[in-house]
Amino acid sequence: MAILLGIVAGFLARWVMLRSDYRHYPTYPHGQLTHLALGFIAAGLGAVAIPAIAKPDYVAVTFLVLAAQQFRDVRNMERESLNHLEETKIIRRGSDYIEGIARVFEARNYLVIMTALFTSAAAYWLGWEYAVVVATISIAFSLLLMAGSYIGNIAEVVAGEVHFEGSLLKVNDVVIMNVGLPQTREKIMYEGMGVLIKPKDDDARLTLDTPGQRMAIIHDVVSILGSKVDINETELIPIARKNTDKGYLALFIVANETDLDYLIEIIRKVPVLESARGTTLKSYFGRKAAD
Amino acid sequence: MDTSISNYILAIVTTDEKKVLPGGCPVILATDQEEQEKTSLLLARILGGIVHDLENGLYFICRH
Repeated sequence: MAILLGIVAGFLARWVMLRSDYRHYPTYPHGQLTHLALGFIAAGLGAVAIPAIAKPDYVAVTFLVLAAQQFRDVRNMERESLNHLEETKIIRRGSDYIEGIARVFEARNYLVIMTALFTSAAAYWLGWEYAVVVATISIAFSLLLMAGSYIGNIAEVVAGEVHFEGSLLKVNDVVIMNVGLPQTREKIMYEGMGVLIKPKDDDARLTLDTPGQRMAIIHDVVSILGSKVDINETELIPIARKNTDKGYLALFIVANETDLDYLIEIIRKVPVLESARGTTLKSYFGRKAAD
Repeated sequence: MDTSISNYILAIVTTDEKKVLPGGCPVILATDQEEQEKTSLLLARILGGIVHDLENGLYFICRH
């Protein structure tokens, strides 16, 4: 009974965490199935742990630890498959983003194990009513842990003005690139969109500095609004450059859907990558230098 | 794996031959601005690069 409840709770947790809109990987049915199956196994592992220890069956516990090792491979699996897909992309995710996704997938499985563990423990010692409560709390807690922060939390996103200074394309005062052909300039003036991403503090500035974080922003924007870049026509490539003095980013894109409001909304919802997160304000000298 | 040269001037298109010296890069002379633009556009598409303007009558193609 305890095991069954644990498995159900763990599996439910995995299901709830398996969000897949157009930004979140996986978007493929087979990918989802793989992760649900793994989630099921993880839930099974977590669920049998407490009853096995309580019995006591120490051999079973040893096997559990062995099986838990398998979940370390989840990260490798995700990383490898995303890296392979990267080669055929025009706008790449960047290895920071891939690493972030892979890590999240690994962590989700551990959360599933925890959920199953707590639920089965509650069911084993307290009864099924408590197990339901514990399961609900665990799932909510998992979702909270997995939420992470977004660009909108660390930076202000405002519309920028795309213009030319001679042949230099600029968004407000940030130089984006040199554009040679007059017809391309005309197209950019007509369809190009510019956005400024202003960091709220020094941590945020370091985060936005990372090329990996910028690639992630561009990737998310392009995967929703589309872009007019083609394999051999890279003139309209979306670019994020920073103002070296003030530290804010200027993003330029020629999208299929020229809707500035949604562009800003999308950028706000881009996850802050773990590997890119700046932590200067957590260090002594960082705080000293900041003021 | 395909190999290509990037961040390198692949070709220069100019209307003014006095602005360029021989230096290992193909230089294409155009008779007027219109031809210059068209030639550089074609070159950019063929080479997979983009056209940059040096603002002194020189266009060049570069792949990034």
